[in-house]
Amino acid sequence: MPTLEIKDLHASVTTEEGPKEILKGVNLTIKSGETHAIMGPNGSGKSTLSYAIAGHPKYEVTSGQVLLDGEDVLEMSVDERARAGLFLAMQYPVEVPGVSMSNFLRTAATAVRGEAPKLRHWVKEVKDEMGKLEISSEFAERSVNEGFSGGEKKRHEILQLALLKPKIAILDETDSGLDVDALRVVSEGVNEFKANNDAGVMLITHYTRILRHITPDFVHVFAGGKIVESGGRELADELEENGYVKYTGSTETAAV
Amino acid sequence: MSVTENNVSEAMREGVVIPATSRAERFTSYDVEAFEVPGGREENWRFTPMKRLRGLHDGSAAASGSATVDADAAPELKIEQVGRDDERLGAAGVPSDRIAAQAYSSFTEATVITVPKETKTSKPSTVKITGPGEGKVAYGHVQVRAEQFSEAVIVLDHVGSGTYADNVEFVIGDSANVTVVSVQDWADDAVHVSEQHLKLGRDASLKHIVITLGGDLVRVSPTATFADKGGDVEMLGLYFADEGQHQEHRLFVDHAVPNCKSRVMYKGALQGADAHTVWVGDVLIRAAAEATDTYELNRNLVLTPGARADSIPNLEIETGEIEGAGHASATGRFDDEQLFYLQSRGIGEDAARRLVVRGFFHEILVKIGVPEVRERLEAAIEAELEAVGA
Repeated sequence: MPTLEIKDLHASVTTEEGPKEILKGVNLTIKSGETHAIMGPNGSGKSTLSYAIAGHPKYEVTSGQVLLDGEDVLEMSVDERARAGLFLAMQYPVEVPGVSMSNFLRTAATAVRGEAPKLRHWVKEVKDEMGKLEISSEFAERSVNEGFSGGEKKRHEILQLALLKPKIAILDETDSGLDVDALRVVSEGVNEFKANNDAGVMLITHYTRILRHITPDFVHVFAGGKIVESGGRELADELEENGYVKYTGSTETAAV
Repeated sequence: MSVTENNVSEAMREGVVIPATSRAERFTSYDVEAFEVPGGREENWRFTPMKRLRGLHDGSAAASGSATVDADAAPELKIEQVGRDDERLGAAGVPSDRIAAQAYSSFTEATVITVPKETKTSKPSTVKITGPGEGKVAYGHVQVRAEQFSEAVIVLDHVGSGTYADNVEFVIGDSANVTVVSVQDWADDAVHVSEQHLKLGRDASLKHIVITLGGDLVRVSPTATFADKGGDVEMLGLYFADEGQHQEHRLFVDHAVPNCKSRVMYKGALQGADAHTVWVGDVLIRAAAEATDTYELNRNLVLTPGARADSIPNLEIETGEIEGAGHASATGRFDDEQLFYLQSRGIGEDAARRLVVRGFFHEILVKIGVPEVRERLEAAIEAELEAVGA
């Protein structure tokens, strides 16, 4: 029963003018089996939250804790956090030229599982998951994310989710840039992951569109570097109606 | 990747003007006495630590030993040891610096490797050249002749210790198709300066791969010329400089004839304090060389602070009637975003660095058509990365 507890998290990023605080005290608990949607206007710090939890070198956590089953992941290196059961599906997955997808997936699975998966089973497992995400088999020999379209990159992030089976999955704007079909396929992937694993999911999104495919248990509004309102699914409906103006004073819409 | 300091910004800061001269004007001669002793400020020598050349450049390095040549060759290949007077020698090009001329004036025996016409060798051939031994100096000369319509894969493997300077010639006959891999895998003490002369005949194809890993100072200068139309030269390089090593590759592609193609791709990694690599790529498209198609690229990956990569592409174009010409140079450190991405999938930092470096060299390794050489290089690269714990 994995649980992620984020306690009063503060984080800043270094700019030319010095450090700038982006996260201003985030509090959130995600239990296994729960899906939490984090919604907010651009610039609110949603992606920073995901990067700070994952340990991106650009962001400095200045105070607070992030406990995964009681252990503070902020004390761990980036790879240790992943091996402890954290997974971040990135908004802009990076290209790694010269490293094939198949080599990368196998190396990652070996690292996270603690031992190399048996080859024949592994090959079948990868093939099945790729098929479900409608990823053509030729992608196995392509370099990681190199030349992939936005939709292809996101599908490959969900492929990794399916293969690495984390305890807590953070999906950072997984829906951005996806067309209708890609959104359907990616959502099915996430739902299947949820159904087959005792895991918690943090779904970071700007638009309510994806929430028609992936049902959240809790919806949180993120503004000014912290969670300003929490509720159930109805909160998403309200955001779709009214946008984020109540929280920021601007007229940004959440409806797509 | 961003370049924060390079030779041009440095020169401008110091107020030094680098005079522009055409590569076509570079002096060449078979006679060492025709060359002035370089002081180290000349365009051709300004990056080379002259004191580490052990006198190869000033006439004080007398031959005190010899390199041994062992061949493990395909049966179709003809290998001869010949004397200085063999009239075939020197056909591929003329020495363009004093050390190459010194080697040309000083060698006693040359190895001539012939691929007979219309013959395809049944397997790759390896010619192993072992240095004269620590503290000793030797001069060598190798000529590879591929007669018309022949096909071969030849590996020149340089190992051992000592100080060695040589000229290596590749006379590629009409419509011949040859792959040559020149591996510099010397012991840590070795100094090797080599001028390699690539001469392509009509419709000839040459893939020339330079792999530089070992030695204290290694300087390889390949020059490609075309005797007739339709030539296609692919010059690839892979180098990995460790602490204190100086690895220099100076290329010259001389398009003097129409309808020829050249592609240059050199990739290097550097780690450790005072690792220094130099890459200069001179490409000249002379007025007569219409329909030339050329591109050169150098990329350097600096793995630790204290290492320095100099990279200078030069493109001289005397006619606009060409297919295409381009050049690119990039030097950078590890991409933090790449490392973060791999680590966020559970891959430890060391393993992530290894993946990225292997990925970086992949493009070159995949073009080496000799599996044993490729495997050996992959193992050598792994060993280099382990040495620094990276």
